[in-house]
Amino acid sequence: MKVRIKFSKHGAVRYIGHLDIMRYFQKSMRKSGVDIAYSTGYSPHQIMSFAQPLGVGMESDGEYLDIEMASEENCEDIRRKLNSVMVPGIVIENVVALPDDAGNAMASVAAARYKISLKSGDCFNLALIDALSGFLDQNEIFITKETKKNTLIVDIKPGIYEASFDESGLFFTCFLDASSGGNIKAITVIKALCDYCKIEFKPLDYMVCRLDTYANKDGALVPLDKV
Amino acid sequence: MLALSDEILMTIDKPARYIGNEINSVVKDKSKIDIRFAMCFPDVYEIGMSHLGLQILYDMFNKFDDVWCERVFSPWIDLDPIMRRDNIPLFALESQEPVKDFDFLGITIQYEMCYTNILQILDLSKIPLKSSDRGNDDPIVVGGGPCTYNPEPIADFFDFFYIGEGETKYREIFDLYKKHRAGNFDRKQFLIEVAKIDGMYVPSLYKVEYNEDGTVKSYIPKNLSVPKTVKKEIVKDLTDTYYPDAPIVPFIKVTQDRVVLEIQRGCIRGCRFCQAGQIYRPVRERDVEFLKKQAVKMLENTGHEEISLSSLSSSDYSKLEELVNFLIEECNQRKINISLPSLRIDNFSVDVMSKVQDIKKSSLTFAPEAGTQRMRNVINKGLTEEDILNGAHLAFENGWSKVKLYFMLGLPGETKEDVEGIGVLADKIAREFFDTVPKEERKNGPVQITVSTSFFIPKPFTPFQWAPQNTREQFIEKAYTCRSSIMSMLNQKRIKYNWHETDVSVLEGIMARGDRRLSESILTAYENGALYDAWSDTYKHDVWLDAFEKNNVDIDFYTTRERSIDEVFPWDVIDCGVSKNFLKREYERSKEGVVTPNCKLNCNGCGAGSFGVGICVNR
Repeated sequence: MKVRIKFSKHGAVRYIGHLDIMRYFQKSMRKSGVDIAYSTGYSPHQIMSFAQPLGVGMESDGEYLDIEMASEENCEDIRRKLNSVMVPGIVIENVVALPDDAGNAMASVAAARYKISLKSGDCFNLALIDALSGFLDQNEIFITKETKKNTLIVDIKPGIYEASFDESGLFFTCFLDASSGGNIKAITVIKALCDYCKIEFKPLDYMVCRLDTYANKDGALVPLDKV
Repeated sequence: MLALSDEILMTIDKPARYIGNEINSVVKDKSKIDIRFAMCFPDVYEIGMSHLGLQILYDMFNKFDDVWCERVFSPWIDLDPIMRRDNIPLFALESQEPVKDFDFLGITIQYEMCYTNILQILDLSKIPLKSSDRGNDDPIVVGGGPCTYNPEPIADFFDFFYIGEGETKYREIFDLYKKHRAGNFDRKQFLIEVAKIDGMYVPSLYKVEYNEDGTVKSYIPKNLSVPKTVKKEIVKDLTDTYYPDAPIVPFIKVTQDRVVLEIQRGCIRGCRFCQAGQIYRPVRERDVEFLKKQAVKMLENTGHEEISLSSLSSSDYSKLEELVNFLIEECNQRKINISLPSLRIDNFSVDVMSKVQDIKKSSLTFAPEAGTQRMRNVINKGLTEEDILNGAHLAFENGWSKVKLYFMLGLPGETKEDVEGIGVLADKIAREFFDTVPKEERKNGPVQITVSTSFFIPKPFTPFQWAPQNTREQFIEKAYTCRSSIMSMLNQKRIKYNWHETDVSVLEGIMARGDRRLSESILTAYENGALYDAWSDTYKHDVWLDAFEKNNVDIDFYTTRERSIDEVFPWDVIDCGVSKNFLKREYERSKEGVVTPNCKLNCNGCGAGSFGVGICVNR
């Protein structure tokens, strides 16, 4: 039996990096008594796969991991057991059983929705809000991307599915390509928008929360726990 | 609410060091608390969180309803300047509140090279560095741990030292503190009362007199109610005592990322260079049934994937076989790894290790400590060449091909032949491999031997406390001799050689047998940028040399000088249970190369029998 676990991450725990979150969940499985399956071989490890790493400092309402169970167990029981051992800030939001032929969490990721705000609590610069439609109307939006080897020029326009400010101007929401080949970081969109408006961009000014992670299902993008 | 801003947390390395919130960390309602205790390990989080003693006391204090114990570690060198720049006071992890507002700051002092980190902790907390400058509202600063057996170099920075094992007296200290706080609190009066509790050393209550040659003349209590010597505290029954069921589980990977089961305290062996072997006497075992239950509880409460045994010499634990077999069974079911400390290599340990380790990856470890039998007799290391070669033979037969060997250079009375003996012994082990394993069976490759040497530093409360430490030049020459010896061996290509740094060994030597006059040098070094001296990347030898020169400290006086047998030592004010007469006898026997049998074979009248527990009464 394969199950998909959705969790949220808020507050102080947002400073815990992806590798440490993986270790945290391995320990949580043991502590909670969830009957997770182990690989065979000399040093057995838990069969677990995470959807998409979340950057240090980011919050999320929609993180996912898949686990293989050693025995059948009610999803609600798994959720209850795990929630009883979570630290403050990490909440198991949902546990669903996956069909046997479901792809693993990481390979399934196609898109993600983000909410960005200013850490200061202020509303966004009006110039950015006014410029958004013009920014999105461009045919191409080039950004430079530093990789280990070189610097690439990439067009992110095709990967921006939606982007808008809310009425208050406090929040910017965007829906972006998150597939392994075309992943766009939310902060990159803000930077491109700032560059477009010739406004100084300081990455630490922004708080990013991933609202949910999506998979492609029959041509539509659906949250990973609805596949 | 975190003490550090998001901007700071996002710019420093490993922000998770500073946010608390870990599994099993304790948060209490501070309005219902009488005593707030900040428990500090003065090094970086990953080192401090690996320390068992901190976990034991944290658990014990938090079991007291009126106490909230939190943790404090040294901010790493990236955060330190930011805290100074932004005037951020050092905070405890759980509440994120300033240490300055606590009732106690308890610092565990595990090695001499953390002394400048202690000053950093006090400084960043905005607590006056010297005990004499502190007021009634400053936290009481208490030190514990092995370095408090000679706390004199740092005596000025502490209000008192707790000598010995922490489990026994803190309740009494807390009750005394509450009583004093209920009235008109006077720091000095409180410390005088603390000094009346067994095991508590209040350095400010002793006057030190020196002879003209710079050696100590006497320690005189300034108050007649204060004891002349302070005897260490020990736990009488290690089964009926505090041990955490649910230790804190860090988010980030720490050095000791596993359940640690302390099976016994003390050591029967009496190696003459070893301080731990003397100051933790007598040997006391924990009941095996208690350990089995504890192991299961701790695994369940932490979710750790590994368990390790802790003690000075696990092979000497009387129920080791029963415990290990239980753990193997239990851990196999739970898919938990067992990490065994260095066991003596015999049929039992080879059998156990082949069950719990991947032979291809793991290595077997020997600590002969010296290269010749003569030298091993001098240091009372009861390990013979025959033991080593038989052990190696057994391990090679069972598929191992990696061997680690640990030695010390600069031991008292060491000759060139003793140093060269290290290469000879390593070569013999290589030959043993080629004799034992036929060519076609060397599927894990040929033997790989790693020889590591450290430099011997004489420590207080050991038979070598009178002995001169080697000079830096001697150390370097010996490391060179050792390397040449290895290079000249037939199997030299199979032997890798590592040696420890020399500069830091000199500093450790000064502090280990130092006196109260060194505190000014520590202060100067700290003010001039010395910090994290235990880390080779951050150790600044020049700053230390400068500090000693400015304060007219003669380094050789502390390190390379041979002490006369009747010299009064700065640490004579402490009584660890082992008598100075016993240590003198042992020093004499070492010069004659006479081995002293271990505590299980024969009582040698060391003095630890006065505690009336452990191996001294149940042989």
